[in-house]
Amino acid sequence: MKKFLKIATVVTAAALIFAACGGSDEDSAPDTTMAGATDTTMAGETSDVFTFTNFTPFEGGTVVKCAPADGSALKAAWIYVGPINDGGWTQTHNAGREYVQEILGDKVITTYKENVPEGPQVEIVIDDLVKDGNTVIFGTSFGFQDAFLASAAKYPDVCFEFATGYTQKNNMSQFYGASEDTKYLSGIAAGAEAPEGSEIGVVAPFAIPEVIRGLNGFVLGVQKVNPTATVKVVWTNTWFDPAIERKAAESLISAGVKAIASFQDSPATGEAAKVKGIGWVGYDSDQSEAFNDIWLTASTYDWGPYELAKIEAAIEGKWISGDYYGNLSDNFISIANYGAKVTQETKDLIASERERLTANPAAQFTGPITAQDGTVKIAEGAIPSYGELMSMDYQIKGITTDLPQK
Amino acid sequence: MNNNILVIILASGVFYGTPLFFAALGELFTERSGVLNLGVEGMMLMGGVSAVWASQHIPGTSWFVVLCSIFIGAFAGALVAALHAFLCVTLRTNQTVAGLSITIFAGALGLSSYFANVWDVASKTVQHPIRILNPGGLADTPIVGPIFFHQTILTYLSWVLCVLSVVYLFRTRTGLKLRSVGESPQTADAVGINVAKYRYIHTILGGALAGIGGTYYSLTIVPQWVDGVTKGAGWIAIALVIFGFWRPDLTLLGAYLFGALQSLGLTLKARNIEINGSILDAMPFIMTVVVLVIVSGGWAHKRLQTPAALGIAFEREER
Repeated sequence: MKKFLKIATVVTAAALIFAACGGSDEDSAPDTTMAGATDTTMAGETSDVFTFTNFTPFEGGTVVKCAPADGSALKAAWIYVGPINDGGWTQTHNAGREYVQEILGDKVITTYKENVPEGPQVEIVIDDLVKDGNTVIFGTSFGFQDAFLASAAKYPDVCFEFATGYTQKNNMSQFYGASEDTKYLSGIAAGAEAPEGSEIGVVAPFAIPEVIRGLNGFVLGVQKVNPTATVKVVWTNTWFDPAIERKAAESLISAGVKAIASFQDSPATGEAAKVKGIGWVGYDSDQSEAFNDIWLTASTYDWGPYELAKIEAAIEGKWISGDYYGNLSDNFISIANYGAKVTQETKDLIASERERLTANPAAQFTGPITAQDGTVKIAEGAIPSYGELMSMDYQIKGITTDLPQK
Repeated sequence: MNNNILVIILASGVFYGTPLFFAALGELFTERSGVLNLGVEGMMLMGGVSAVWASQHIPGTSWFVVLCSIFIGAFAGALVAALHAFLCVTLRTNQTVAGLSITIFAGALGLSSYFANVWDVASKTVQHPIRILNPGGLADTPIVGPIFFHQTILTYLSWVLCVLSVVYLFRTRTGLKLRSVGESPQTADAVGINVAKYRYIHTILGGALAGIGGTYYSLTIVPQWVDGVTKGAGWIAIALVIFGFWRPDLTLLGAYLFGALQSLGLTLKARNIEINGSILDAMPFIMTVVVLVIVSGGWAHKRLQTPAALGIAFEREER
């Protein structure tokens, strides 16, 4: 019996560890709205400060010299939340790093840390990277933000580049892009695929503004072609967990949705959709070959050009912090190839809407935009400001599920 | 009728319970021979990654590749189990420590992820996943169709294995010898049973079944390699053996119960029944703890079928 208890204790301990790991939560919504960034002005025509399309330096910011003074190769590091071969988010970021390395050759030494969990450990990872001589550090997951802020204060001579955040610092930039525009385009494909007035499912990660505004963009796309369709969302509370993504997709499909979208990387939702043969909108990667019969399209990113420009700026001593918000006009965001289900009519509509959004980003949010509870959030004829977009924390009408409780 | 929420929950119970059953059945054989194997998680992951490799590299028709992948997944699990058997039976190390080190060594941050990197299995999609099979249109029958016949070949195989295991354990001479090795290796040795041989064979068999469980994760649930994809399923499997009182039939039921729990939260969510997600996600593990507490109680242990020699190395010289 004693030995049996010993086994029981060990198994119990292991079970408790997994139970504890299971309930990660990420509800901290950003409450500050972005001040500095407004439009795509080419700030500072002087040649000693970095300029780039869709990049706005923070107000009152100064140039940070973060290249080695002796002219040796600049060391830059990327911190990833997932594995570099996740087939989505981290893989596209790593492609950006490889792009930088390839173009700059021996002028830069790039490294990366993968599978870094969100939380205070990130600071330790950054400490190590700085100790190794890295002077430009890229962070690629929302949950790294607090650690990046703390490290930016600790190392004022290191240039930090943060993707998908909202805080500003003299040596910490924010970079991301208008995926709500490409999600809108993919929403058109989903709306056209589902019968009129039917339900469409979405497998979404965390209910944070970045994801919610993409969801709203998607729903507007659905409604563009299928005004009476409704959208049902299941929040998985994870960025990457294919098994949970599949279960979430199955739960939506069994509840009767006629098309499904995933805002998460893995093809797990596609696997579940394939079983029932319903149309699937993916995210981050082109699955048009492997899932041709059910694939619709996906919203995709190209991180490389911005990251390259910022590292070049650092080498030239022109690096400055600011906000980069890429869009369709500079090809930061794009949509993947279509699958067999997408009709020519839908393709034509998406093409014309793409032109409209390329000229006017966020034009799909032209008011009136009504929230789920019926309040008008964006007035008739108005287009939301950058700040309003960044702080969008409500679901629009047409979504039938509630946001998760805080 | 087939969209009834109960039918859907039961169907997902079978779907997600199948890999748990494979791993648990393997552990059951191992423990029946008196060897405790806490390395199940590591063996599942090694099986899973090897099966993905096989699926990407073996040429041939789809069903042939699928069979080969299952076989290679089982083989990889068996290899790791052979190491465990060597440590526990030949070297007579502490079985708890050996098992734990195997899970750490081969697990999510160890060998399985290393091979995933070296073989570069994660960046490619799996060309021949193990997909759901509808035998003779049975899946369309009401209620039982979606629950039992909207499954993969591995599920159908697991039922055959379950029946065979019950017959083997309780109706054959070899099964009796196996149980006697687990109960009293000294006695078994005295009547001429080769204790070491039985322990080796059943530990390796257990590893092979765990490998198939891992294969189910990487080729069926998500046909793509993800480091640590089993997420603790190996530990649930070990608890299931106790939950099923070391009997294959009860273990199968337990596996389906735990499988159903794993997707219950999301199924309810998609139907606007809001339950705290974190609690539901933790349910299988909380259940594991509860089960272990219950079966550790004094009233239960008299009725339990715990192999008496479980976890104790057999040393002939010490008789």
